[in-house]
Amino acid sequence: MNIAPKSSFVLSRRHLLGIEGLSREEILGLLDLAEEFVALNRQIEKKRASLRGRTQINLFFEASTRTQSSFELAGKRLGADVMNMAVSQSAMRKGETLIDTAITLNAMHPDILVVRHHASGAVELLASKLDCSVINAGDGAHEHPTQALLDALTIRRNRNRLEGLLVAICGDITHSRVARSNILLLNSMGARVRVVAPSTLLPVGIERLGVEVARDMREGLADADVVMMLRLQKERMNGSYVPSMSEYFHYFGLDEKKLAYAKPGALVMHPGPMNRGVEIDSAVADGAQSVIREQVEMGVAVRMAVLEALSRNLPNA
Amino acid sequence: MLSDRHPILLANARIIDPSRDLDITGDLLIADGVIREAKKGIGAAGVPEGTDVVDCRGKLVAPGLVDMRAFIGEPGAGHRETLASASQAAAAGGVTTIICQPDTSPAIDNPATVDFVLRRARDTAIVHVHPMAALTKGLGGQEMTEIGLLKAAGAVAFTDGEKTVENAQVMRRALTYARDFGALIVHHTEDKNLVGDGVMNEGEFAARLGLLGVPKAAETVVLERDLRLVALTDGRYHAASITCGESLEVLRRAKDDGLNVTASVSINHLALNENDIGPYRTFLKMSPPLRAEDDRKLMVDALSNGLVDVVMSDHNPQDVETKRLPFAEAAPGAIGLETMLVAGLRLVHNGELDIKVLLRAMSTRPAELLGLSGGTLKSGAPADVIVIDPEVPWLLDPAELKSKCKNTPFDEARMQGRVLRTIVGGRTVYEYV
Repeated sequence: MNIAPKSSFVLSRRHLLGIEGLSREEILGLLDLAEEFVALNRQIEKKRASLRGRTQINLFFEASTRTQSSFELAGKRLGADVMNMAVSQSAMRKGETLIDTAITLNAMHPDILVVRHHASGAVELLASKLDCSVINAGDGAHEHPTQALLDALTIRRNRNRLEGLLVAICGDITHSRVARSNILLLNSMGARVRVVAPSTLLPVGIERLGVEVARDMREGLADADVVMMLRLQKERMNGSYVPSMSEYFHYFGLDEKKLAYAKPGALVMHPGPMNRGVEIDSAVADGAQSVIREQVEMGVAVRMAVLEALSRNLPNA
Repeated sequence: MLSDRHPILLANARIIDPSRDLDITGDLLIADGVIREAKKGIGAAGVPEGTDVVDCRGKLVAPGLVDMRAFIGEPGAGHRETLASASQAAAAGGVTTIICQPDTSPAIDNPATVDFVLRRARDTAIVHVHPMAALTKGLGGQEMTEIGLLKAAGAVAFTDGEKTVENAQVMRRALTYARDFGALIVHHTEDKNLVGDGVMNEGEFAARLGLLGVPKAAETVVLERDLRLVALTDGRYHAASITCGESLEVLRRAKDDGLNVTASVSINHLALNENDIGPYRTFLKMSPPLRAEDDRKLMVDALSNGLVDVVMSDHNPQDVETKRLPFAEAAPGAIGLETMLVAGLRLVHNGELDIKVLLRAMSTRPAELLGLSGGTLKSGAPADVIVIDPEVPWLLDPAELKSKCKNTPFDEARMQGRVLRTIVGGRTVYEYV
């Protein structure tokens, strides 16, 4: 691979609120920078000082183990002071609004705020009231940009490219921010995206987002280079979107038989946490084609890249 | 300052009276709270002593607007809007009659509350206020209210406001019973279950924003049910706020069948579409939601050809606490009393709508449907009159709006045309200086 001077890559924007609006060059810059951190993270000495003196607050309005710890580790490895704030629903019920929280936090002079919120657009709203950099760690069913970046990095490391690959995203598209960010990123990088789900889990108008639509796994996985499974968000199922978990697994759960519809050796991915036996069979999740554990590793590297690239654009950097 | 009841001569005006297809250049004389006459040369022939002569210099004179759907916070939510503040906003927007909705706390569902609202309006408001009463007790959708007594107390129509009566049997009985009193039933047609957790129009844009959509069928399903009940009962029915082509088809069929059915569209659904939501702008969150551009166009056409009868403001004041939230969590609604006419003038300037059609749908038609004496410039009618400069350009600054809440979707928008003077019952209650 031809290597540009990656370490000088700066994300010339204050926030990372979504994949939407990122240029191809910015995406590539982040992925290349993340590659460096993959190497760093495999060393014994993982520490860098690029965020030394900086304060990073992880503000999670929605519980998350994986993403929060990944961001925490990423910040710490870059030398930032990292604080985790889990804002429980009860605190919000006491009457403090999102904006109040923003104003309070702003007074503490953080440099970078990592935010997850259960409502689409909430992170953007928060960012508009803050002086620091804001990273979207997932807002409702809207975007989850670092997930899409880590997915892209995982695919690229295994296939050496993104362009021209066919990626099948399967499952609860309606409620999935992972799906939206991945669709945007993969389209931007010249991959083909196909969404596969029962019609109740496909938002009306999804085909206008530049994806192919399939409603069964045989058709959906045909020729796929990558099979990306989504968690079936049980807790968000207010309506009866699917009749039962077992019917869902029967038609849409990824087992070895359905995986065989895809290209031989197709990558199996899942953003986690997995519902084994609901959307994915253990044999596949732990099988030879699975890169699910690698995704977690890439997560830390990508988040370090985002933190580093954004911090280079901070005042007094 | 606001003059007391001297006679007023609005001279040299373009006078439009949609109640009789009048569009002339001339003078309009007002005395003793009523319109004396509108014709050429009244000023030249001499006016009563003490008459305030206003040279309108060719500006537009029209009947004061009758806003058929405004949500006011009184009683119960005076921090959002009072009858007084709403009436100030109305006067500045050329609205001389506000029809307030019963979604208050307590709800306007008994004659005493109707009486309270009327007296409170008499004492504090500078324009006419008439309440619609609740169709069901406590807006609960189950038991019908005292339609006869409420009508006698001054309720001009019956509605559950922003709520939809789910139970078809309740709706059937209400239509049947109301018929005996000649009462009009006004209904918000949105199926609660089909709306579900939806917060904006279903389609590509909602999919992009990661927001759950509201299908147009949520509206049309209820409208279609209601119109079949109207056919069954021969009641008088008005669809409170329709927004899409599918609903227009249903309405067209009912009108062709001779049913006693009419409909309103909100100014928001005529002037805006779902793309205006942009980056989650909560001031554009509405119920029913803003639709796509093709539906907006269909609504404008339906207004032009008379299928849709009324344009209303859907004025719904929401404060920072209910609007400065993530989109899905914010309350729906936008203020509109003060901007309804100028937003409509945008359509006129764009060549989408004839000004006479607009004025008719904002004055004459709602007055007719509600049995009110306004909405006309005929001799002897109450002197509810507005003077409009349809051309003057300006930038809408929310801070200058009279409403207590500033949730306008036309925030910072360029407008063309404004109300210069509003006269209610022969008194000038607003003057733009």
